[in-house]
Amino acid sequence: MPFEYRGDIAHADVAFDAWAPTLEELFCDAARATMQVMVENLSEVRPAQTLEVKLEEENEEMLLFDFLNELIFYKDARRLLLLPAEVNVTPSDGGFVLRARLSGEEIDVVRHQMNTDVKAVTMLRYKLEQVADGWRATVVLDV
Amino acid sequence: MNVPAALKRISDTIWELPVSYKTGMLVPARIVASEKLINEMDAGVFEQVSNVATLPGIQRYAFCMPDGHWGYGFPIGGVAAMDPGSGVISPGGIGFDINCGMRLVLTTLSAEEVKPKLHQLVDRLFARIPTGVGCQGFVKLKHDDFRTVVQQGSRWCLKNGFATRHDLEMTEEGGCFAGADPSHVSERAIERGYNQLGTLGSGNHYCEIQVVRPENIMDRELADAFGLTAVPNQVVIMFHCGSRGFGHQVATDYLKLFLSVMERKYGIKIVDRELACAPFHSPEGQAYFSAMKCAVNMAFANRQVILHRIREVFSDVFHASPDELGLRMVYDVAHNTAKLERHAVHGTKKEFLVHRKGSTRAWPPEGEGLPECYEKTGQPVIIGGSMETGSYLLAGMSSGADAFFTTAHGSGRTMSRHEAKKSFRGDKLQRDMEQRGIYVRTDSFGGLAEEAGPAYKNIDEVVAATELAGLSKRVARLVPIGNIKG
Repeated sequence: MPFEYRGDIAHADVAFDAWAPTLEELFCDAARATMQVMVENLSEVRPAQTLEVKLEEENEEMLLFDFLNELIFYKDARRLLLLPAEVNVTPSDGGFVLRARLSGEEIDVVRHQMNTDVKAVTMLRYKLEQVADGWRATVVLDV
Repeated sequence: MNVPAALKRISDTIWELPVSYKTGMLVPARIVASEKLINEMDAGVFEQVSNVATLPGIQRYAFCMPDGHWGYGFPIGGVAAMDPGSGVISPGGIGFDINCGMRLVLTTLSAEEVKPKLHQLVDRLFARIPTGVGCQGFVKLKHDDFRTVVQQGSRWCLKNGFATRHDLEMTEEGGCFAGADPSHVSERAIERGYNQLGTLGSGNHYCEIQVVRPENIMDRELADAFGLTAVPNQVVIMFHCGSRGFGHQVATDYLKLFLSVMERKYGIKIVDRELACAPFHSPEGQAYFSAMKCAVNMAFANRQVILHRIREVFSDVFHASPDELGLRMVYDVAHNTAKLERHAVHGTKKEFLVHRKGSTRAWPPEGEGLPECYEKTGQPVIIGGSMETGSYLLAGMSSGADAFFTTAHGSGRTMSRHEAKKSFRGDKLQRDMEQRGIYVRTDSFGGLAEEAGPAYKNIDEVVAATELAGLSKRVARLVPIGNIKG
């Protein structure tokens, strides 16, 4: 599994590590780790709707922060469970741009096995870094 | 054991990390706990409470209450009072769930009267109060109406038929923090929250039917004053929720803003990014304070409209009016806020900005702004325990001045959610609890497992420590018989 929940750095919250060979894959894995906190059976989230998002930040780390927050935002604002279908990160003037296609559907409490709501991405031990074989992130979610 | 060698015992229930413990500490850090509780504290408490002690303008001590555990930025159970002139405001000292809080409501029904209808009652509450991930509220609002709600809090509820005057009197600050200006709130926060008024949420949020057993009354006089002795085995309703997606977004927005200006504009360096802050009197600090108040008011309004629903359900099930059933509030108190309060220093009152994150204001008798009926008793303090064990009603004490009249907020987690989910099964837990006389309904068995009793500290020890420390007096222990869980 390209992400792993950990119980050692947060008790009331949910912490996970994610790692991947490329930055784009890491963004996808971190998104799935975040959504899995809310929905046990992610495989039941059908790609009924598609949404394009574009985000800009100074660095990759804050871009991931914004990207995960985007998923949390749509869960509340539109009751949408979204997963990344395609993610591209490119350098721009003084920073980075993310363009992503998200697909998913509205929460269906009959089909979706709901877990615990994610309130926010915290800055506790938050880290995204390039390592020898790719990228690695540590994220603590407030639930 | 995670206890640092530098930790000094000041009294039976007060432990201190001196300023020499960590570079940059401006005041000592104090932890309220019994010896057993201090030995069980997770490492995060010592790390985080000493980090809080480095924040500019902090006064007296950085505190952590006996239910303390790993938080983000502040530990849960954290208290920090800043000098408003020279100090900072930090969203990490309030939490993402701004004005997460507790409300306790009386009935004049006995457990014997409720039990035959318990399933019907809990099922009905579960059907009528939206719970769980992405739940939408039963109060349908347009964006502009929602802006009015966040300005007015419970006052909006009173105008719109969701509250009584008595409800507002029994709510901290009358259910509205003055100075909430929605122009400091992002459109995203409005979009995230406008459809969530009247929702419980998930995680550790719940609505519980509880019983005041005569043998669990610890202070008869205070129990009488708080209305807990109307009938033997009196039934009460306790619920716990906050400002939902709206508050979470306000906190996220300002966390990002503060990170961008803190060092660049104000030269403040911090040890943990989750302690991002801004000078209280800076434009950013004032904007956050105002936006935070909007979220505080959203949470008061949220709990108020939920109370309205609870009254409807009880009326339907027991075929009597809310007044006939004695559905009156004891109190509503926040445990994730920052407030400007006046506290005595060497005999004169001085203003402080008091951050409380997972800790509860516990005003003593004669405390400023207490409703008349509580002037002699001190403020009721509502402590939510785990769904399996029980909760408490406490009262603020005159001896709590050192801690800015603050006490615990719950029992405090001792096991991570991850570990709890591996250790317990939600469906089995539900069956076991029913055998023990607690009927629980939930949208999520995974979420239920995370809330299992053994994932929490022993609440009896936590509240006993607050009493020994002179922060809050035990009035009664409340045991659950029914629960709807988010």
